[in-house]
Amino acid sequence: MKYSLLLDIARALLLARWKQTLVAAIGVTFSITMFIGLLSFMSGLNDLLDGLILNRTPHIRLYNDVKASGKQPVDLAAEYNGYYNFVHSVKPKNRRQEIYNNTPIIAKLKSDAAVSGVAPKIVAQVFYNIGVVSLTGIINGIDPQEENRLFRFQDYVTGGNYQDLIHVPNSIILGKGVAEKMLADIGDVIQITTPKGARIQLKVVGYFESGLQEIDKIQSYASIGTTQKLLGESDIYITDIQIKLKDLSLAPELARQYEKLFDVDAIDIQTANSQYETGSSIRSLISYSVGITLLIVAGFGIYNILNMMIYEKMDSIAILKATGFSGRDVNRIFTAIALSIGIFGGALGLAFGFGLSVIIDHIPFNTPSLPTIKTYPINYSLKYYLIGGMFSVLTTYLAGYFPSRKASRIDPVSIIRGK
Amino acid sequence: MSSTILQTKNIYKSFQDPVEIPVLIDISLSINQGEFISVIGKSGCGKSTLLYVLSTMDTDYQGELLIEGERMRGKSEAELAIVRNQKIGFVFQFHYLLNEFSVLKNVMLPGLKLGKYAAREIEDRSYEKLKMLGIEKEALKKPNQLSGGQKQRVAIARAMINDPLIVMGDEPTGNLDKKNSDIVFETFQELATQFGQTLLIVTHDNEFAARTQRTIEMQDGRIVKG
Repeated sequence: MKYSLLLDIARALLLARWKQTLVAAIGVTFSITMFIGLLSFMSGLNDLLDGLILNRTPHIRLYNDVKASGKQPVDLAAEYNGYYNFVHSVKPKNRRQEIYNNTPIIAKLKSDAAVSGVAPKIVAQVFYNIGVVSLTGIINGIDPQEENRLFRFQDYVTGGNYQDLIHVPNSIILGKGVAEKMLADIGDVIQITTPKGARIQLKVVGYFESGLQEIDKIQSYASIGTTQKLLGESDIYITDIQIKLKDLSLAPELARQYEKLFDVDAIDIQTANSQYETGSSIRSLISYSVGITLLIVAGFGIYNILNMMIYEKMDSIAILKATGFSGRDVNRIFTAIALSIGIFGGALGLAFGFGLSVIIDHIPFNTPSLPTIKTYPINYSLKYYLIGGMFSVLTTYLAGYFPSRKASRIDPVSIIRGK
Repeated sequence: MSSTILQTKNIYKSFQDPVEIPVLIDISLSINQGEFISVIGKSGCGKSTLLYVLSTMDTDYQGELLIEGERMRGKSEAELAIVRNQKIGFVFQFHYLLNEFSVLKNVMLPGLKLGKYAAREIEDRSYEKLKMLGIEKEALKKPNQLSGGQKQRVAIARAMINDPLIVMGDEPTGNLDKKNSDIVFETFQELATQFGQTLLIVTHDNEFAARTQRTIEMQDGRIVKG
C-alpha cells in the first residue's frame, strides 16, 4: 500500500480548501488551548487551596485526647465478666496531655521507612494580657527547623525571621490577628498568663499569617524550650507528635497502627480534612467536563467541514475510484485529512495552551490571606498536555470517521452517470 | 494478436423503479486484443450501463464477466479496484481531472497507485504519453487552464499510463466540438493502429462509429448487431 501517495492526495485536497481547513484547525486549537489553560489554572488553584491546609497539617498527629476510658472498672471485675454492664454519666478521667515515652517513639518513627519526617509539638493554652483585658490563645511550642522543613513554616512568617525563635531566648512569633489586638511590633515585649497563673514576658520576633483569620487571632508560636518553661514542665514534655509521610494515602492505615503500637490517639489527615479532598475532586471534574465539551464542539466543526468537502469532491472521489483507488484508500485519504487537522490544530493548541498558562502565571494575584502568593497559580503538569494531545487526535478521528466512511461508499457509477 | 481479453456470458441487469425494468438482456460478447470497437444505440438503450458493467464499477448484474479469462463476480471491492487500476483505462464524457493537481500529476496518479515503477519513472512515462498526444507543453499547468479538447487528451493519457488491457470511453467526444472530437478520434485511431491498443468506445455519433473497426449496435438492452 502506498501511504505516501494517499497522504499526498489528502494534502492536495486540504490545501485546495485551506481556508476551511484553517477554520477547522483553529477550532481544535482554540479548544485545546482552553483545555490546557483551564485545567492548568484549575489544578494550580486546587493545589494552592489544598496546600493551605495540607502543607501545614501533619499527615498523622499523635496526641492524648480527653475522653472517657473505653474500659470502665466494672468491665475488669471478674464476677461481672460475661454481663452487659451499663454505666451512666461516664466522665473522662484526669489524664495528662503529655505523650509518655515520646523520645523512644520519635526515634522509632524516624527509623520508619514510610515516614519522611517527625516534628514534636506542645500545645499550650494561655491568656494574652493587654492591659486589663485577657484574650484566650494558644501557643504552639515547635522545633522551628523541623517545622519549617516539614510544614513550610517560613512561608507563613510574614514579619521577622522564624530562626529567631532559636536564637532569641523567651521569644514568640505572634499570630497577625493577635499582634494587631495587642498593638505589638517586632522587638516589643508582651505578657502572657498560663492557666496555672504564672505570668511570663516574651519578646516578639515575628508575625505569623496562616491565611485563616480565626487561626491568626488565637495562635502564636514559640520554641519547645520556651513553651516547656512557661508551662513549668520538664524538657521531655511534649503533647503532640506530627508525622509527615512519604505517601499521603497511607495515612489512615498507619494512624491505626501507631495508635495500637504507641498507646496514644492518632488522627490522619484524610479524617481531619475530608472536605478539602471532596472540593478538589469536584473542581477537577468540572474543569475536565468543560474542556472535553470544548473538544467535542470542535469535533463537530471538523465533521461539518469534512462532509462539505466530500460533497464538493464527489467527482474527484468518483474518478479516483474509477482509476483504481479502492473504498479503503478513499477512506484513508479523508481520515488523513481529519487527523492532520487534529494533529496540526492540537499541536498549536498545546503551544498556545502553554502560552496562556504562562500569561495567567504572570497576572498579579495579591491577597492578604495568602502571603506567599504573588500571581495566579498554575500547575504545569505534563499530564494535561498528554490528555489534551490525545483527545485532539481522538475527537478529530471520530469526527472524520463517518464522513470518511461515506466517502468510501460513494458509487462512482452514479456520480459519473449523473452528469 | 487476436486473443480474447474480455468476455461476457448472458449478462442481465435490471432496475427496480418501481417495477422491474430490464436494461441489459442476454449480453454475450467477446473483445479481442487490438480491436477498436464502438458501441452505438439510442439514448437509454443500455450502452452506458453495459460499459459500467464491463468496467467492473457496476457489480449489480447477473451473468458472467471474464477479463483475461478471470471471473469478476465474487471479487471484493478492493480487488476490483486493483483490476481497474491495472487493466482498464477510462475516458469519460467529462474529463474528471483533479484540479488540485497539475496535468502531469493527474496522469501519474493511477501509475503511482499501481506502484509498478518508481515515481521518477512514472513521471517520465507520463511525460511520454503527454508528448504522444501532443500536449506535453501543458504538463505543469492545472487542468482548469486547459481547453476542452486538451483536457480530454489528458484524460486519455491518464487512461494509458498503466498500459491497460483495454481503454473504455463513455462518449468521450460527446462534449466536444467537431474539431476537437476529430482530434480525439484521431488520437484513438493512432492508439489502435500504431500501438495495438484495445479500445471500447460508447458513442451516439454514428460518423465516429463508422470509422471504427467494429461497431456494436444496441437496442432496448440487447445487442442487435456486432
